[in-house]
Amino acid sequence: MTAPFPTRKDEAYRYADIEALKSVWADLAEPRHIEIPAGEKHSHVLLANDNPVEIHRATLVLHAGAELRLFALNIAGEYGRVEAEVTLHEGAAFHFNAANIGTGDSNLEVVTTVRHIEPSAVSRQTVRSVLGGKAVGSYLGKVHVARDAQQSDGEQSVKAMLLDRGATANCKPELEIYADDVKCAHGASVGELDKDQLFYAMSRGLDPATAKALLLEGFVIGLWDDVADEADRERLSAATRDALRRVTR
Amino acid sequence: MLQIENLHATVAGKAILNGLSLTVPAGEIHAIMGPNGAGKSTLAYALGGRPGYEVTSGSVTFTPTPFVPSEVEGRVSTTLDTNVLGEGLDLLTLAPHKRATAGMFLGFQYPVEIPGVSYLQFLRESLNAQRRARDEAELSGAEFIRLAREQASALGMDVEMLKRPVNVGFSGGEKKRAEMVQMGIMSPKLAILDETDSGLDIDALRSVGAGINRIMRAPDKSVLLITHYQRLLDYVRPDRVHVLSAGRIVRSGGPELAHELEREGYAEAAA
Repeated sequence: MTAPFPTRKDEAYRYADIEALKSVWADLAEPRHIEIPAGEKHSHVLLANDNPVEIHRATLVLHAGAELRLFALNIAGEYGRVEAEVTLHEGAAFHFNAANIGTGDSNLEVVTTVRHIEPSAVSRQTVRSVLGGKAVGSYLGKVHVARDAQQSDGEQSVKAMLLDRGATANCKPELEIYADDVKCAHGASVGELDKDQLFYAMSRGLDPATAKALLLEGFVIGLWDDVADEADRERLSAATRDALRRVTR
Repeated sequence: MLQIENLHATVAGKAILNGLSLTVPAGEIHAIMGPNGAGKSTLAYALGGRPGYEVTSGSVTFTPTPFVPSEVEGRVSTTLDTNVLGEGLDLLTLAPHKRATAGMFLGFQYPVEIPGVSYLQFLRESLNAQRRARDEAELSGAEFIRLAREQASALGMDVEMLKRPVNVGFSGGEKKRAEMVQMGIMSPKLAILDETDSGLDIDALRSVGAGINRIMRAPDKSVLLITHYQRLLDYVRPDRVHVLSAGRIVRSGGPELAHELEREGYAEAAA
């Protein structure tokens, strides 16, 4: 591809695994461009394959009144990157639920830019990371509200759970607002497993690894509650449980 | 069933239990009463193996009566990781989950909330983990639901509540009832109940008391009931009452001792 190779000075690549990126850059297609016509509702599930490096990029345009629910499970063993650039027209709704689950040396990133360019659009981003070993999980999310985009409603909820001392979470929700009548909120937290919860679960007979996996499932699996297609939801949930078992083992 | 000898335990370096000795035979319910700060909860947590509650000396021997395998399974329970059933286990060397597997249940004074994990899933996984470790067949989803419904309704709780995340949004009383539902589902040999009566209104107290009798009043089971007040003992009649003060048992007696404590206060009775 012809795009210049990114460097760490580029904010969107600040935490990227540049080496891993190099290995796939030549084959990397331009971001997929998807337009959702006015009034249509779509749902899409992005479940990574088993490749060590997985990069998914999309530019999305939601026309007036359109709705997109995007679910992404980012679990590549080496480098996983989910990148979305979203433009919201009047009354559009973008719901994005994503999880980074990794251990070892994996580097997992969710990078989004959401532009509310017209009034009354809604964006909801919920990102959960579970990181063990020396894994790095990042969320870089920018919400931009244009001057005319009154009554925009944007929300970013970002939480990360660190299981080992060497693991790192980067949470960077960002708001850039030029309209004066908007509702925008963001929250970020990084924590570790609750010791009281862990002891409670163990006191009921669960061994430590199973207890941890169960608590982490509780932390993550709610992301997939709104996946309309049951088979998709099962697939995502099963892959999430597998990934969590790898992290707690 | 449970034999505690000269138990010393510290919390954050501070000595809380100072040579506690106590024996609870199979088939008996013993109450431990004592003022705030006597070490009641520390005893419960030390027996449960909670991190941070460090036993510095003494011993605890847990001798669970054998689990009887159901006829359907036609199998005989054999071993538990470290010990043959029916023999005394050195409780303090077992990890918390192995204490549960061996047949001990710890009822929490403050049951913990676990967001995102449904009660039914939590209990089914817990019960089946215990059953696996005991060489018993796991319960299927349908079998488990039947058991949960039965136990919940016996405690006056709608099984629908158990579809919610563990203890999240439960009132204080509901949490305590749910602890008893858990105990009914696990059907342990020994229950250590840490102030299960605190925060209960009269009706809940009565149904929790009835639950303890129904689940645990049996020749092969024992209960250590830790409480501040005599009122739970109106519903669950203890075989023995012990007064805990400054980390050791200072008096033991029959059920009448609880009434004496209620009348005269701990200071007088422990003197």
